[in-house]
Amino acid sequence: MNNLQRRALLLAPLGLAAIGGASFWTLLRRMDKGTYDPRGIPSMLLDKPLPRFSLPGQSPSQGFASADVVASGRPALINFFASWCIPCVQEAPVLMALKRQGTPIWGIAYKDKVDATSGFLQQYGDPYTRIARDEPGTVAIDFGLYGVPETYLVDRQGIVRWRWAGGMTDDIARQSLAPLLKSLA
Amino acid sequence: MRFVACLLLSGLLAVPAFAVSDPAELLPDRAQEQRAETLGHQLRCLVCQNESVEESNADLARDLRHIIRQRIVAGDSDQQVIDWMVARYGNFVRLLPPFNAMTVVLWGAPAIAVLAGLLAVLFARMRRPAPPEPLSEAERRRVADLLKS
Repeated sequence: MNNLQRRALLLAPLGLAAIGGASFWTLLRRMDKGTYDPRGIPSMLLDKPLPRFSLPGQSPSQGFASADVVASGRPALINFFASWCIPCVQEAPVLMALKRQGTPIWGIAYKDKVDATSGFLQQYGDPYTRIARDEPGTVAIDFGLYGVPETYLVDRQGIVRWRWAGGMTDDIARQSLAPLLKSLA
Repeated sequence: MRFVACLLLSGLLAVPAFAVSDPAELLPDRAQEQRAETLGHQLRCLVCQNESVEESNADLARDLRHIIRQRIVAGDSDQQVIDWMVARYGNFVRLLPPFNAMTVVLWGAPAIAVLAGLLAVLFARMRRPAPPEPLSEAERRRVADLLKS
């Protein structure tokens, strides 16, 4: 074994360990920032049309159908939420900020009681253009939802462009959502 | 002895625990229910992720069990039920992932490991140093001398 080979053999494991360490560090950092969820499931809806649905409303809002979202002719967010969901409380101010910036948000109350939903909206604010109710949770399954909250970005043609599973943070709204909203506007 | 027998018997009697706690969930038709359970065991609960839809207590799993049964009663084949789930949740929902470009490494891993092992053995054999030359007459004498002293 010559000197070069010896050195290569010594450095190879070190190099591998360095690459592994760097990847692991990036992974942890992304988990920390919330841009990577190891339990996350990729959405099957991306670049596909909105599933068809028509849901009753949470009074005083009338309900809405998928066609209404498309007919609005603007890129919009569809947000599944529930009064019993803690990340929904955490993301409430983020959604309120999006509303102030003029983003239409269509809310779907998932497996929630009417009174509980209105209590939640009173306490944490109502960022929604309209609020529908999915009490049996079947429309949510057509979306491929696996938890609340989940937020979908739909373009003018009703094609789903982005999905965020879990509570939205300012960082995510600013870094992931804002550029997309701009490009679709 | 009696104790051991009891233990064995209780082992035989123990049935796998199912999350289906509400008899109203079950289909009246035994064959259909059997199919639903088999399918439920092949599908992942998206909430607990390491449990099947049939075993999980999560709300979503209960809804999915219900949908499986609805689709079966509506006359769907097993494949159609699975396709229905995959259309919404992707291949992740299948506890036994299909073989495709994405899963080639996953399914190929055992073969790759065996191959790597074989290569390592071959490599080690090739590099094994040649056995030393037999000792010369002078060397042998020297060894004998050294051992004697």
